[in-house]
Amino acid sequence: MIPASFDYVRPQSLEDALARLGEHGDDARVLAGGHSLLPVMKARLADPGVLVDIAGIESLSGISESEDGITIGAMTTHAEIEASASVQGRCRSLAEAAAAIGDVQVRNRGTLGGSLAHADPAADYPAVILAANAEITVAGADGERVIAADDFFTGTYETALGAGEIITSVRIRASAARGSSAYLKAAQQASGFAVCGVAARVALDADGAVERIRVGVTGVAATAYRATSVEDALTGAAPSAESIRKAAATAGEGVDALDDFYAGADFRRHLAGVYAARAIGKAWIRAAGE
Amino acid sequence: MAQAPKFIGAPIKRRDDPRLIQGLAHYVDDFNPPGTLHMACARSPYGKANIRSVDVSKAAAADGVVAVYTYEETKGIGPVPVGAVLPDAKVPVQPILADKQVLFAGEPVVAVIAETRYGALDAAALVEIDYEPLDAVVDLEAAIEPGSTKVHDDYESNEAFKWGLAGGDVEAGMKEADVIVKEKMTNVRVAPLALEPRGVLAHYLPGEDKMTLWTSTQVPHKVRTLVAGQIGMPENRMRVIAPEVGGGFGSKLNIYREEALAAFVTRELGVPIKWVESRSENFLTTIHGRGQVGEIEMGLKRDGTITAFRYNVLADCGAYYQLLTLAIFTLTGLMLPGPYKIDNIEMNATGVFTNKVATDAYRGAGRPEATYILERMMDIAAVELGMDPVELRRKNFPDKSEFPFGTSAGLSYDSGDYHLALDRALEAADYPAMRAQQEEARNDGRYLGIGFSTYVEICGMGPSAALGGQGWESARVRVEPTGKATVFSGASPHGQGQQTSFAQIVADGLGIDANDVTVVHGDTDVVPYGVGTFGSRGTVVGGSAVVYARDKVRAKMAKFAAMEFEADENDIEFEDGRVFVRSAPEKSAGFADIAMMAYSAIALPEDTDPGLEETHFFEPSNFTFPFGTHIVLVEVDPETGDVEILRYVAVDDVGNMINPLLVHGQIHGGIAQGTGQALEEEMLYGEGGQPLNASFMHYALPKANRLPRFELLHTTTPTDVNPLGAKGVGEAGTIGSTPAVVNAVIDALSPFGITHIDMPLRPERVWRAIAEKRA
Repeated sequence: MIPASFDYVRPQSLEDALARLGEHGDDARVLAGGHSLLPVMKARLADPGVLVDIAGIESLSGISESEDGITIGAMTTHAEIEASASVQGRCRSLAEAAAAIGDVQVRNRGTLGGSLAHADPAADYPAVILAANAEITVAGADGERVIAADDFFTGTYETALGAGEIITSVRIRASAARGSSAYLKAAQQASGFAVCGVAARVALDADGAVERIRVGVTGVAATAYRATSVEDALTGAAPSAESIRKAAATAGEGVDALDDFYAGADFRRHLAGVYAARAIGKAWIRAAGE
Repeated sequence: MAQAPKFIGAPIKRRDDPRLIQGLAHYVDDFNPPGTLHMACARSPYGKANIRSVDVSKAAAADGVVAVYTYEETKGIGPVPVGAVLPDAKVPVQPILADKQVLFAGEPVVAVIAETRYGALDAAALVEIDYEPLDAVVDLEAAIEPGSTKVHDDYESNEAFKWGLAGGDVEAGMKEADVIVKEKMTNVRVAPLALEPRGVLAHYLPGEDKMTLWTSTQVPHKVRTLVAGQIGMPENRMRVIAPEVGGGFGSKLNIYREEALAAFVTRELGVPIKWVESRSENFLTTIHGRGQVGEIEMGLKRDGTITAFRYNVLADCGAYYQLLTLAIFTLTGLMLPGPYKIDNIEMNATGVFTNKVATDAYRGAGRPEATYILERMMDIAAVELGMDPVELRRKNFPDKSEFPFGTSAGLSYDSGDYHLALDRALEAADYPAMRAQQEEARNDGRYLGIGFSTYVEICGMGPSAALGGQGWESARVRVEPTGKATVFSGASPHGQGQQTSFAQIVADGLGIDANDVTVVHGDTDVVPYGVGTFGSRGTVVGGSAVVYARDKVRAKMAKFAAMEFEADENDIEFEDGRVFVRSAPEKSAGFADIAMMAYSAIALPEDTDPGLEETHFFEPSNFTFPFGTHIVLVEVDPETGDVEILRYVAVDDVGNMINPLLVHGQIHGGIAQGTGQALEEEMLYGEGGQPLNASFMHYALPKANRLPRFELLHTTTPTDVNPLGAKGVGEAGTIGSTPAVVNAVIDALSPFGITHIDMPLRPERVWRAIAEKRA
């Protein structure tokens, strides 16, 4: 299929882009890498009158490092994130999630901001964003605001992003001194999307006990979520393979899971437990070793 | 040939590759004659629906729309041709555009002709069709139940036909058995998914009363004869060109509605009409493969001797037949005994209509189904008998001294040494070490499995009488005045690489360089009437025609050389671009000098005409029967159901190889596709007959990262059915791989007591099978 006809603008500044969005209202959609929006348009499930391409806005791209974290421009591609030494060093699970997206072509074009704004329930990043407690900076007609990860994903393809707002950057604090993270997924064989993806971020205290842990799960439910039961069970004690396995098993419990021909709800809930155990185990070993 | 072959057998790189890789090839969509109009179709979104009304006014009024066609304007076009017939089969008439009812999702209802492709698609979306959705027939087994919803209102049931094949006495064989193993198995519907979807460009020139039809096909001459017939045009006024064709896998061994439609419209409008299939349309409207559900019974003696094999099967036809729909499962029946001595066999097939696109030939076409059920049953029986699967197979192989080997299905296998192929594979895999590795892994809580498939397949389609006509192939070889040679083949390669291998064949016979040979195919105005490329016949039958045509030209050249050298024509040799007298090599001339003599024709040998151009139609005396052993090592993750292929060892005996690189390419692709069917592929339909996974986002094709490095070996048992001794290789990989992969997974899961899981072995299915056993 081919999309219905539409107008296309490519502003060179954020201000101009916001103005265009204000001008066209609901008829406009922001075009980032295009890897989610264009397929939907080709299937004629979306029919925007105007595409506002933000690829020309230089300030939205790139990764910067500060003492306590990293800030990633919304238009930074998956490939750039995957290859970034800063990301690998400070939030390894994000680099792993980026590397697990689609294929080389998708990773060369698709962007962090585009993926987050689209909020596909099977996208990889949301698990990491939740586990890393990231902050999402957005700009709109009234200026900038920061949305916490826990508040960002509100439903299937739904976010806390307001009308006419554009994601400008994502900020992630660096892992703790004795901390690390990991992302693992079961990919749908055709699309590569996550049937179940789990990101775990662990900080250990001096004695090796879990000081903080956050576990994000994507692909399993209509919206990415934090497996708080798992986090609670593991916080405060020194982990073992057995305690992780036992705690992680609850990662999918009681979740209203997605159900399709490829993976039924019970299978997805089961996978959440399996992948939570594996991701936490990996993050723990890294944290203990680093 | 007196001298040793220089090019035949050499691993020469495909000469097509540079243009394919660089994007310099010309597919149907790359041709854009001035004034081309574009066609798009409004298609049914329903599996079955009544069409209450069709309103094309908005579409017709849209920008750039030139014409709109419905059933009314196109009912004069003949229905979609059905080539294979069976006695008593119900044969529904498949119209070009639907009239009162649509019977599968994707069925075209209205064709819109516009100045641009986008314009045509936009306008097709404006066609207003008032549908009354009806219950659709989706499930094969439910469809045949009494009282089922029907696909065709005017038939009594969904039974399309009954067909049976029997050899020996199965009842007696079952009585003789010590053990009878039974299983129900499914070969799911899969989509062939050639990289290039279908496409057609039809250009009628009213002044000349001639039409050129470019179409992405495996069978240009069949298209010409049949499409010309559909639109009532003499076939010699139509030229069909299959330009670069980006794969077919059997799906383009067919005549489709859009070909006749484009041909009809260009004659009406007098301008070129182009239609190029989208991937979505490809999933919906290009034929599917497989589609069998059956119950199998196999009787064995305690010592492993197979006494009887029975297959009662439902075959999914779809709503209408395409060209060979009715032939595919007969190949399943013919190959039911596989590589084993099974004296008593029986297949009872019931064809079933469903509200889906037709099934037809897909790489292997009926044989993978037979090999799959047989090889699965061998493993099930081995477990039952407590025998090693290797020993059970070996026990039932015919010895090489028994060839030609007559089977209970009525075939005569030309040649074979099944023990040798098995031995070679076991050695390459180091089978005892593999079993030890499996044992060790199990002790660590890991699940490794070893899967076998010892297969034989039927290739080189085939003797004309056995095929119901057109089992031959044609070739013309011309030596040009300058000493270059040109091959005109009636075969129609679409990725197989015969532009290279046919050049090798001709180069050797004429003693010239392969680079001096050009191969032309796929143009009905240029090549002799041909049959096409399918059923692993391109080289076996088409290449043999090349051999004979080449030898005729060579014999004629020898006469000119004999005249020149005052020697006996039987004493003339061709080597390294020279023609000389064998007994007096100083009498020598350049190959091109002799060629020019034949064209200048100033002097002619006795009873010899000018020119060097000879045609041959080759009729094979039998099919060929390639065979081999595939061994697969997998690891299954019991927590996630993931299957990883760790090793893949294949020994394929395809007879003499013209070009081992091409052979390996075919086996690589075949293994990949067969593995896809085993692990991932399946066309799924919802209750209303709408496909659930008709896109690459949902339908998984096997990807390189899911496959290991293939370890390919060969044994070489030539055939005497053709002068090349070649058996064919196009389908061996798909036939051998599917059961080998499934057998490996089931072997891995044997500690859970699992003996069978239906394909595709997607993670959830594997996990569920384990969970059920654990419960």
